[in-house]
Amino acid sequence: MSPVVYAVIGIPFASAIVLAVLPGYRLGAALNVVASFAAFLVGLSLLTVTGGADEYFIVDDVNIVFVVLNTLVGFTAALFSASYIGHEIETGRVTPLAVRFYHAMYQVMMGSMSVALLANNIGLLWVGLELSTLITVVMVGLYRTPEAIEAAWKYFILGSVGISLAFFGTILTYLAGQAALGEGANAMSWSLLHANAARLDVSLLNLAFVFLLVGYGTKVGLAPMHAWLPDAHSEGPTPISAVLSGLLLNVALYALLRFKMLIAANPDAMRPGPILIVMGLVSLIFAAFMLYQRRDIKRLFAYSSIEHMGLITFAFGMGGPLANFAGLLHMTMHSLTKSAIFFAVGHVAQAKGTQRIADIRGLSVSHPGLAIGLTLGVLAIAGLPPFGVFMSEFLILTTTFARHPWLALLPAFGLVVAFGALLLRLQSMLFGEPNEPVHEVEASSIPFALHLLIVLIAGLYLPSALVAWFQRAAEFLG
Amino acid sequence: MNHAYDVSHFLAGLMLLASFALLYQDRLLAVLRSFALQAIILALAVAWEAWVQDRPHLFITAGLALGLKGLVIPMALHRMIARLGIHRDVEQVVGVGITMLIGLGLTALSLLLILKATSGAPSLAREGLAIALAIILLGLLMMITRRNAFTQIIGFMSIENGLILAATGARGMPLVVEISVAFSVLIALFVFAVFVFRIRERFDTVDVEALESVRGDQ
Repeated sequence: MSPVVYAVIGIPFASAIVLAVLPGYRLGAALNVVASFAAFLVGLSLLTVTGGADEYFIVDDVNIVFVVLNTLVGFTAALFSASYIGHEIETGRVTPLAVRFYHAMYQVMMGSMSVALLANNIGLLWVGLELSTLITVVMVGLYRTPEAIEAAWKYFILGSVGISLAFFGTILTYLAGQAALGEGANAMSWSLLHANAARLDVSLLNLAFVFLLVGYGTKVGLAPMHAWLPDAHSEGPTPISAVLSGLLLNVALYALLRFKMLIAANPDAMRPGPILIVMGLVSLIFAAFMLYQRRDIKRLFAYSSIEHMGLITFAFGMGGPLANFAGLLHMTMHSLTKSAIFFAVGHVAQAKGTQRIADIRGLSVSHPGLAIGLTLGVLAIAGLPPFGVFMSEFLILTTTFARHPWLALLPAFGLVVAFGALLLRLQSMLFGEPNEPVHEVEASSIPFALHLLIVLIAGLYLPSALVAWFQRAAEFLG
Repeated sequence: MNHAYDVSHFLAGLMLLASFALLYQDRLLAVLRSFALQAIILALAVAWEAWVQDRPHLFITAGLALGLKGLVIPMALHRMIARLGIHRDVEQVVGVGITMLIGLGLTALSLLLILKATSGAPSLAREGLAIALAIILLGLLMMITRRNAFTQIIGFMSIENGLILAATGARGMPLVVEISVAFSVLIALFVFAVFVFRIRERFDTVDVEALESVRGDQ
């Protein structure tokens, strides 16, 4: 396997060790940014690597998309985190020692996500996801407030139950492959399982997929296994909310997609599409209605993440090159836009000293810069043109309409409902009499601007190289 | 060879019995003892598989199960319970009778499901897998029906016991995964321990119910 693969995984883990012993949070924050940027550059260079698979790792068009997106958002979130965490230390919410721990854990989390994305061994895939789950649990509980502990506890309980079921599914997949591939590591290798999919034991494979769907589906945040998600997003540090929404949900979805490809390649096994479509739609419409009752700004956008993960799951459930292309594009756009929104929300919460929507008023008067940023972000995620989210949602709806006209009504309905809720909440935060207290915030606008710029450009013009790349990935997804 | 089947089924059955014992115990220390017993039987079952399948590296997994989950963790939790002075009864959301009935139903369900789905697989893996699934589901049931942070930890670890039983029953599954499972249990305990400590710090109780009340907005 190409050394680039080992570098993508090795850089975060190596820098985690350095960060753990390095005193001083400024130095730590700087190194965190540098390490994340290095991981991003190495991730990009994966594009030059010819695909292939060995016993433990695999590189193909699908996971390169995920790795590049992951390392990019990992880098910008680290950049945001550097300006965010300084403010948290000044206000005394965290101790410098906790921040040192936080930076080391941040890199371990990025590294374990890369392990999951590049793994060819389905056991290693599970280990990567399990490790990143445990790390984020600790991060969510970082502030040690009663709410943070409750959120971390709930996340831990639901996350580990999900991950246990996924492990049982992994064992069943191994057993399904045993007859065709023999005992040992071969029956754990995804590429070999995929190549021999037609010879796998059908009933075991079906059963395995059910466990994997519930297990990894919990981590994707699909309703009704979503209960951990809003708590975990609202109580942890905001950079972690951005990474959870923008990256970890994608990695869990990626794991699900790998097994979907496996089961779809077996002609006698059940069709995974309809199940994914139903779960996606339930999550989308449920979350869209739940948006109306939110009183906490981070919970609002956490529910919006459930809504969008539902839409993406729906698109992959439809399957076929076009719907998969739309799903991949929407996943990318959602990751970039949602993490940008969390960057803005983090600064808004610091500026107003609260996360309660009712207590955030008159943002357009007190912090015009933040208000413009938040508005652009919300308009983008609500699916207004000219942003990229509009284009990907439009693609999902039109491909659905072309194949099952009546089915397209359901996601369209969910999106309209969510659109109303988001605008309603945005309007109440922007206008009105500004309320005390007003803090000065040293916001770093680079990560936010970078994300929205990419989303805007993608909405206006997609480079043909990018389209070709995504098309190859979409075709491979089947 | 039938001899080998009998012993591994016997041990898996004992583990299932211990899972039921976990469900009906109403004292915290008794729950802890039942869990330790289950972990020790797991160690025996894994050691038996190691011998029968001639895979000596499985003895490492057996040793980990015995040392860590059979001795160290129960002793640590025992000390913690003694230090916090919470010898009291386990609070149950659902009564013992109904919980046992649901447990029986879940066991029947997993037997039916696995035996039907694996009709083509070798028979040793089949029954072992069915019992392992039953243990996993009973662990889930325990986590749902108990509101105490300690019993939730123990429920989670009994799920892990079921997973290890399933993983070792699957012939030839690579060692990588077994070590990682043991490793993850270790991390899990670390995380749990930290949480239990923090929960105590904040609420003077380990009852998860107390956590619910502080939740504000949904």
